[in-house]
Amino acid sequence: MDALALEATSTKKPVNGVPSPSSVPAPTPAKRKPAKKTKKAVVFFEVEILDGKTKDKLCFLDKVEPNATIGEIKSMFHKSHPQWYPARQSIRLDAKGKSLKDEDVLQHLPVGTTATFYFRDLGAQISWVTVFLTEYTGPLVLYLMFYFRVPLIYASKYDFSTSKHWVVHLACMCHSFHFLKRLLETLFVHRFSHGTMPLRNIFKNCTYYWGFAAWMAYYINHPLYTPPIYGEQQIRLALILFLFCQIGNFSIHIALRNLRPPGTNNCNTCSKTRKIPYPTKNPFTWIFVLVSCPNYTYELGSWLGFTLMTQCLPVAFFTLVGFIQMTVWAKGKHRSYLKEFRDYPPLRSPILPFIL
Amino acid sequence: MASSEEDGTVEEKENNNKRRTKSALATAWLTFYNIAMTAGWLVLAIAMMRFYIQKGTHKGLYRSIARTLKFFQTFALVEVGHCAIGIIRTSVIVTGVQVCSRIFMVWFITNSIRQIQNEESVILFLVVWTMTEITRYSYYTFNLLHHLPYFIKWARYNLFIVLYPLGVIGELMTIYAALPFVRRSGIYSMRLPNKYNVSFDYYYCLIIVMLSYIPLFPQLFFHMLRQRRRVLHGEVIVEKDD
Repeated sequence: MDALALEATSTKKPVNGVPSPSSVPAPTPAKRKPAKKTKKAVVFFEVEILDGKTKDKLCFLDKVEPNATIGEIKSMFHKSHPQWYPARQSIRLDAKGKSLKDEDVLQHLPVGTTATFYFRDLGAQISWVTVFLTEYTGPLVLYLMFYFRVPLIYASKYDFSTSKHWVVHLACMCHSFHFLKRLLETLFVHRFSHGTMPLRNIFKNCTYYWGFAAWMAYYINHPLYTPPIYGEQQIRLALILFLFCQIGNFSIHIALRNLRPPGTNNCNTCSKTRKIPYPTKNPFTWIFVLVSCPNYTYELGSWLGFTLMTQCLPVAFFTLVGFIQMTVWAKGKHRSYLKEFRDYPPLRSPILPFIL
Repeated sequence: MASSEEDGTVEEKENNNKRRTKSALATAWLTFYNIAMTAGWLVLAIAMMRFYIQKGTHKGLYRSIARTLKFFQTFALVEVGHCAIGIIRTSVIVTGVQVCSRIFMVWFITNSIRQIQNEESVILFLVVWTMTEITRYSYYTFNLLHHLPYFIKWARYNLFIVLYPLGVIGELMTIYAALPFVRRSGIYSMRLPNKYNVSFDYYYCLIIVMLSYIPLFPQLFFHMLRQRRRVLHGEVIVEKDD
């Protein structure tokens, strides 16, 4: 940080105190040298935003407060280029470098008083909450359509009939419960670290969830469905596993939520990882001793339970694909925990205790 | 942030050393592989020509070369491995799709649906494949030996313009001819009820495969066209970054 910027920090306090004309009593200057009538040097920054690919000058902002955040700069940039709302802006120090965070403060960045940033358009964005709600409502509705044997799915003589196997009713309840739980968690439990994601993700994600839901539901609710080989024993065991993991998954979500302070639900401004999650009084969270991302572990368990309950190959397939994806996510999360915290518990594995 | 930049340069040096030792072994293996594959497809080409000259008909030709074809075409799966471990700088997905479509044709169409083995379309794609593979593998071989005759390079990056579409026509016609036999025999299909609670209809799967040529073939073809422009004319193509 150059000397001018340093000066800017040191003169911060009085500058902030000056503009308010209200009747706030002036702070006693006891700790400071008696104030001479010196000119308070406020070093404003100039911000230049260039296109990351073409290096064209897109925007020039002068008189930027030194304590302005990237988020505020994005809002200013948005004013001059209304088609690029802040969520779709990626501002970086280097054209090919990492994106700066919204909460980064201008004067703390390695820039001179004329800061040059590179801009990259992230493309149309959609909020995480919207994506989650859409991708989870689909399976909920679709499965029920198959369950109630809406016309045109199966042969017409089966329209609106009900399955004669009680496991099919149980499976419907479990599946619906699972996605209802996900929807409610999205609305009330999860605290997202990013506000938005690229728009094309909603098509990708919905195809995945809706497609698999339809594929599974078709067979489970089919008139020619074959119930599990080991009958009631198998179904009971599967149900216990499923419920256990659902409660576990929910407990982990609550535990993770409690790591983030309230009011950060709609968040562009909070960091990705804040605190290391630890076991709480809830026994379902004790798995944190062995695993970094037990929410994924429990999710895998739930779907294994559902596979066992329905004995349906498409469900097994869905479980497998989900497991692969969650392992990728868990490994990434585990890696970023290790990077951020020097004292991260060494016993933990990303998703499966001691194995993965 | 500073410490991670330092780590980056140390890692880079280690990687460079690793790369140098790996590339000697990799080059040796690739050279052997490409020579072997060139030889294999040459053998196939000669066997096909001999059969036709001796018998005067294409009927029974497939049967006579079936084993050799299956061996060499299946062996090409290692090319996906080459891309995956990085000794070949091509996308795993592109190579994967190309090799898988070949494996599919050989094992799941011509090998298992005997009734279509004497179709003319089979001869069409076999001839196309043979010409393409001989050109391609000899190109790779000469490239690795740093002694590439221009006509091989020319052949590799120009013949495909004709051969690729012809090959696709041959393949599609073969699959189409196989459809009635698949329907009648129910091969590779599974019906309800069964204990896995799944069903699979190979007939409709084949129809979907045929339809998938529509988006896939242009992508592969234009990929080859881009390669051609880059190699023959030295054009730098700005790839879209994500």
